[in-house]
Amino acid sequence: MIDVIDLKKNFGHLEVLKGITTTIKEGEKIAIVGPSGSGKSTFLRCLNCMEDPTGGAVIFEGVDIADMKVDINIHRRHMGMVFQQFNLFNNKTVIENIMLAPVYIAAHDLRMKAFKNFFIKIRNTLPIKNKKTLYEISTSPSKIKEDARENAMKLLKRIGLEEKADVYPSTLSGGQKQRIAIVRALAMNPKVMLFDEPTSALDPEMVGEVLDLIKQLADEGMTMVIVTHEMGFAKEVATKVMFMDGGKVLEENSPEEFFSNPQHPRAKEFLSKVL
Amino acid sequence: MGNFDKKLEKFWEIFYYNDGYIKVVTGLRNTLYISLAGLAIGIVIGTLIAIVEVFPKYKRLPKILDGFCRFYVGLFRGTPVVVQLLVAYYVVLPLMGINMPGLNVCVLVFGLNSGAYVSEIMRSGILSVDPGQMEAGRAVGLSYGVTMLKIVVPQAIKNILPTLGNELIALVKETSVVSFVGAADLYVAFNYIGTNSYEFMVPYLVMAVIYIVIVMIIALLIKAMERSLRKSDRRN
Repeated sequence: MIDVIDLKKNFGHLEVLKGITTTIKEGEKIAIVGPSGSGKSTFLRCLNCMEDPTGGAVIFEGVDIADMKVDINIHRRHMGMVFQQFNLFNNKTVIENIMLAPVYIAAHDLRMKAFKNFFIKIRNTLPIKNKKTLYEISTSPSKIKEDARENAMKLLKRIGLEEKADVYPSTLSGGQKQRIAIVRALAMNPKVMLFDEPTSALDPEMVGEVLDLIKQLADEGMTMVIVTHEMGFAKEVATKVMFMDGGKVLEENSPEEFFSNPQHPRAKEFLSKVL
Repeated sequence: MGNFDKKLEKFWEIFYYNDGYIKVVTGLRNTLYISLAGLAIGIVIGTLIAIVEVFPKYKRLPKILDGFCRFYVGLFRGTPVVVQLLVAYYVVLPLMGINMPGLNVCVLVFGLNSGAYVSEIMRSGILSVDPGQMEAGRAVGLSYGVTMLKIVVPQAIKNILPTLGNELIALVKETSVVSFVGAADLYVAFNYIGTNSYEFMVPYLVMAVIYIVIVMIIALLIKAMERSLRKSDRRN
């Protein structure tokens, strides 16, 4: 699904990623662990080009999205991302947060089609032989909104926060915010979810509710890449663990193997400290 | 102060019986029109410039636009507004062969002028919004421009509203120079009353009071607006 080929990223003279090659297959749940400053987050952010890679390629469904000529926005719609600091839109209510992108994108699509149809219709009235066929329009702005609202309510119900639909994010707890951030990403029907330390900014008692939701998604077969410090969670959910240090992937292994019998000396040292 | 009653009487005669109040109302309308329309133009121009200035610049087009914006801001912050009015009215517009009434020239010049100031205010507002907001917008597949306009700029405006109010107040007061290009504002109205009654003390005093009242009303309106915009914050 995602092929990463010799991915490099520099910030100025600082080399953060020193050539990473890996493959993420559909349905895999990959946990990325490692000491801080090892480039885990940068690697994750390069997967959907939040950071533009300095070198190498990220091939998502056959397209190299690291190429600057590609319209990255179209591909990002299929990659949900969840941040450490939640990043809910502060000026929107909870339900608006979830609906914003689906509604905007569908409505924009509709407008573009209607705009093109407008010219095709004019063209077809002229005496030109080959008539062009119109783009099919099967929806309307109000229907788009209704569908998105219905979907958003369904997602909110799933996380048990439907009564919070019309409040602003500033009144929510960290755990609630993060769960809403997760369903906001889900509203786009992503093919892969990227989690950037989803529980690091949470109070300990709220970590559980967020991890439960992520685990549910994993059980439903969502492909996901998780940067995490929760080793227990990584062990339980991941199908593959990647250990990173110094901008390189030092070990890639199944969680059972990795946690019980790490191969790389640096991984052994790291695990002895955190477990 | 013995003859203050007499002066008041003279003022009242021109103001009330000789239709001075019509001039005052027209002047008030023009003053408010120039400053509000100027600010509206200024906010649009300022927002565009601010977005260009915070846009990441590794391509050529943003660099060129950025250079142009810097030149524009430098030009309009570097010259007094009176000079800009005179140059626009007597130099630029005649050279371009455009014949425009003084009032419209004022709106245009004050709009361009406040655009330069608002751009800096807006830029600081945009920079005050958490970069995570932009990232979150981009992560769900919205473009830079859409995220900017739907997420970042509304939050920026909330942050800079007090400063924007300052700008409006400054504009209202700066418009007192528009008589240089023949637009009739409050100053022109009270000057007319003064010239016709051969007495300037009361007219100019009333003019000062009217300016103060306008500014106080604007300040109150801004407070109310701020309160309604802050509804997404917990503190209110």
